Amino acid sequence: MAETPVLNLKGLCVQLPRGSDRAHAVEDITFSVGAGQIVCVVGESGSGKSVTAQAVMGLLPRELNPSAGQILLQGEDVLQATASRLRDLRGTRMAMIFQEPMTALNPVMKVGDQIAEVLEIHTELSQPDRRNRALEIMRAVHLPEPERLLGVYPHQLSGGQRQRIMIAAALVLDPALLIADEPTTALDVTTQAQILRLIRELQERRGTGVMFITHDFGVVAEIAHRVVVMQSGRVVEMGLSDDILRRPQCEYTRMLIASVPSLKPPARAPKLGATALAMERLSKTYGGRGLFRRGRLVRAAENVDITVRRGETVGIVGESGSGKTTVARCVARLIEPTSGSIRIDNVDVARLPESRLRAHRRHVQIVFQDPYRSLNPRRTVGASIIEGPVNFGLARAEAMQRASRLMALVGLAPDALDRYPHQFSGGQRQRIAIARALAMEPTLLIADEPVSALDVSVQAQVLKLLDDVRQRFDLAVLFITHDLRVAAQICDRIAVMQRGIVVEQGPTAEVFAAPSHAYTRALFEAAPGRNVQFGPATNAV
Amino acid sequence: MSIEVLPAEIAEGVRAARRPGRFALVMRNPSVIIGATIVTFLALVGVLAPVLGTISPSEINPVYRNKKPGAERTIRTEDSKEVQFVHRFGTDTLGRDVYSRVVYGARVSLVVGLTVAVLSVAIGLTIGLIAGYIRWLDSIIMRVMDGLMAIPAILLAMGVVSLSRAGLLAVVIAIVIPEIPRVVRLVRAIVLSIREEPYVEAAITVGTPTPTLLVRHVLPNTIAPLIVQGTFICGSAILIEAILSFLGIGIPPETPTWGNIMAEGRSLFRIYPHNIFYPGVCLALAVLAINMLGDGLRDTLDPRFARRV
Repeated sequence: MAETPVLNLKGLCVQLPRGSDRAHAVEDITFSVGAGQIVCVVGESGSGKSVTAQAVMGLLPRELNPSAGQILLQGEDVLQATASRLRDLRGTRMAMIFQEPMTALNPVMKVGDQIAEVLEIHTELSQPDRRNRALEIMRAVHLPEPERLLGVYPHQLSGGQRQRIMIAAALVLDPALLIADEPTTALDVTTQAQILRLIRELQERRGTGVMFITHDFGVVAEIAHRVVVMQSGRVVEMGLSDDILRRPQCEYTRMLIASVPSLKPPARAPKLGATALAMERLSKTYGGRGLFRRGRLVRAAENVDITVRRGETVGIVGESGSGKTTVARCVARLIEPTSGSIRIDNVDVARLPESRLRAHRRHVQIVFQDPYRSLNPRRTVGASIIEGPVNFGLARAEAMQRASRLMALVGLAPDALDRYPHQFSGGQRQRIAIARALAMEPTLLIADEPVSALDVSVQAQVLKLLDDVRQRFDLAVLFITHDLRVAAQICDRIAVMQRGIVVEQGPTAEVFAAPSHAYTRALFEAAPGRNVQFGPATNAV
Repeated sequence: MSIEVLPAEIAEGVRAARRPGRFALVMRNPSVIIGATIVTFLALVGVLAPVLGTISPSEINPVYRNKKPGAERTIRTEDSKEVQFVHRFGTDTLGRDVYSRVVYGARVSLVVGLTVAVLSVAIGLTIGLIAGYIRWLDSIIMRVMDGLMAIPAILLAMGVVSLSRAGLLAVVIAIVIPEIPRVVRLVRAIVLSIREEPYVEAAITVGTPTPTLLVRHVLPNTIAPLIVQGTFICGSAILIEAILSFLGIGIPPETPTWGNIMAEGRSLFRIYPHNIFYPGVCLALAVLAINMLGDGLRDTLDPRFARRV
C-alpha cells in the first residue's frame, strides 16, 4: 500500500495501575488500518482489544495511561493531541460505534436530533441543511421512512434500527476511521447479518478505514480484510483474513479457531431412552386484563410440544423474543404456564401449587446464562452447592462429600469449595453452577444459554463437560441457545422457535441439512462465517 | 485436574487488587470520620454524665433562679463538705443547673434516636421483605403504607402520644410509626430487583423454602442501604423528639431533654438566651453529625453512589 494508512499504531503501550497483576493493559501494539480496509481485532476477554480502541479515541479511563508508542491518525499523533483537538478529531476524522446501541444513545433525545447534534458541533450548517444531511445519512443506512424516524426516541426502535442510527451518527461527517467495538454482539443473528452487510457497503462506498473489534470468528470470516489476533495485551498474529482463518501460524490462533464449533452437526445415533420430559400444548401468555387497564396480550409461548428422552439433548433455538427462555422457565416452574401440560417422569407439574411442587424440583435443575449472577456472591461455593441436597434432608457432612466429588468431576480442585464465586473465572463459575445442578441428582437438566457469556475457548470446554455429564448420569438435557454452531455440536434434536411458536423440529442433522421452514433457512443464511469450515476436524495443518 | 488459567481470571485479579475492604473504605471517608467522632463524643457525654462535674439535673433551687453562665454558688456534698460550684451554662427559671440538664439530656436524645432507628428498620425490613416477595400481599401492604405517609409525622405523633400516657415509650412509638413506610419502600424496591437475580431463581429450583430464601439470599443485600437509612432516621428522630418535647407533648417536663430545656427557656428567651442556646447547639451538632455519618456511609456503601467516590 503506497498511501499512508488511515490509522497507524506504533509500539503502543498502556500501563495498568500499580498493584494489578500485569504491568500493561496492552504492550507494543503495532498495526495499521488502510483506507477502505476492514481490520478485525480479535481476542478473548482481557486481551486488551477494547483498551486499544479506547486509546485511539482518547477515551481511556483515567487510571490507564499510554506510556509509549504512537497512534497516528492520518499522520497526526492522537496521543499528543490536546483535549480540544481530540474533540475536533472525534466525529470528523474518527468515529466509534458501540456494542449496546440502547445505552450509547441518549434515551430522552429524538434520534434525528442526535444525528444533527454531530453536525451542529462540527459544522456551520444551518438547521434545514442539518436536517437534510441527517435524512440523507439515514437513507444511506437503509432506515425505513427516515422522515418519520427523525422524530422518534431510541426506545421506539428495534435493536438493529438503533445500531443503524449509531452508524448514521458516526458516519455523517465522513470520518476516515470508524472504530466498531463489538457492534453486533448484542443483536440477533439475522439483524447481525444485515448490520455487517451495511458496514461493509458503507465502508466500500466511502473508503472508510474500519477497525472492527470482535470475539467472533464467524464475524471475522464475514467481514475482515485483515485480522489482528490479540492475547493478554499483545498482538500474537496478524495477516490477511484468508491466511489467518485457513492457515493460522500461531498456536493461540489455532486454538481459537479450533474452538469455534462447526456448523456441521456430527452424526449422532437417535437416543431411545425413556421419556423424561413431555410438554404438550404448553402456552404462556402475559398481560391481558389488569385491575385498572386493559394490557396488551403477549403470547410468549404457544402450543409448544417438545419431548426429551433420558440421555438426549434437545435444543431450542431461536432469536430474542422467540419464547425459548419462557419455555425453559415454565419447565423449571419458575413461572406458571397459562395452559398445557408438562409431564416430568409422568407427573404433570404444569399446575402443581408450590407446596406440592417442591418434591419435583429436585428432578429438574437449571444452569443459567450468566455465571456471574447465578451464584450468590456472599456465599462460598460449597454452601451454594450443598444448599439443595441439605434442603432435601441430606446431612451436611455427606452433602459436602458429594460436593467435593462433583468438584473433581467438573474439573476443579476440591479446596475451591471454601472460596467465593468472585475468585473464579467465568468458565470455572459455570462449572460450579453445573456441579450445583448435579448435586441434586436431577433427571432433567435445563441449560439456558449456558455458554453465551463465555469466551470461545472456554465455551468448548463447558460444552464438553455438559456432554460428559449427560452421558455419565443419563441426563435429559433441554438446551436453550441462540447460537446455531453450539446447537449443531451438542444437540441430538432441535426445535426452532419464532415468536412463541415451534416452527420446525427434528433431528439436528436433518434440520441442518434440509431446513423446511422459511425462518429456519433465514437463520442459517444469517449465520456468520458459514462458508468457512471451523472446528477441530478441518484444522489439521 | 484441569484448572483453567484464563484472561477473565486475570481481569478479576486486577479488580480484586484494586478493591480494598468495605470497612477500610468507610473509614477513609472524611464525613464518616467527623460524624462518627462527634457522635461518639456525645454518646460518651451521655453515658458519663454523672462524673462530668454535674449535679442532679432536677434539683430545684429558688434562690439561684435565672443566673447567667458562670455564676457561682456553694453546694453541700454528700459527705457534708462545702464546695464551690460554677453554673457553667447558668440556671433556668426554677434554678436548675442548665449544664447538668444539657449533659443528661444527651441520654434521652441518643436513646430515642437509636431505639427509633433500630425499631423502624427492624419492623420496616420485615414488612418490606413480605411486600416485596409475596406478590398478592404487596398491593395491600403498600396502600396501607401510602396511607400512613399521607399523615404528617408530627400530627400522627401527637395523636399517638395523646392516646397514651406521655413518656419515653409513647414518644418512641409515635416517631417509629411514620418512619416505617419509608423503610418498607426501600426494602421492597431492593427485594423486587434481587428476586430477579439468577442466584435467587437457582435457590428456588433447589427447593429452598421461601423464609430461608429470604433470609439467606435476599436479606443480606438490604443491610448496607438500611444502615444508611437507619442513620438518617436516627437524626430525624432526635429532631422530632425535641420538637415534641418543645411543644409539651413529649417526655414529661421534669425529665431533662434538649427539647424540654428549650421549651422552658422559651418565655425568657430575650433576657436569658443561654437556656435555649446550649441545648440548641447540642441538638444541631448531634443531628449534623449523624447526617454526616449517614452521608458518608451512603457514599461508600450504596452501590449507586460508591463509584463516584
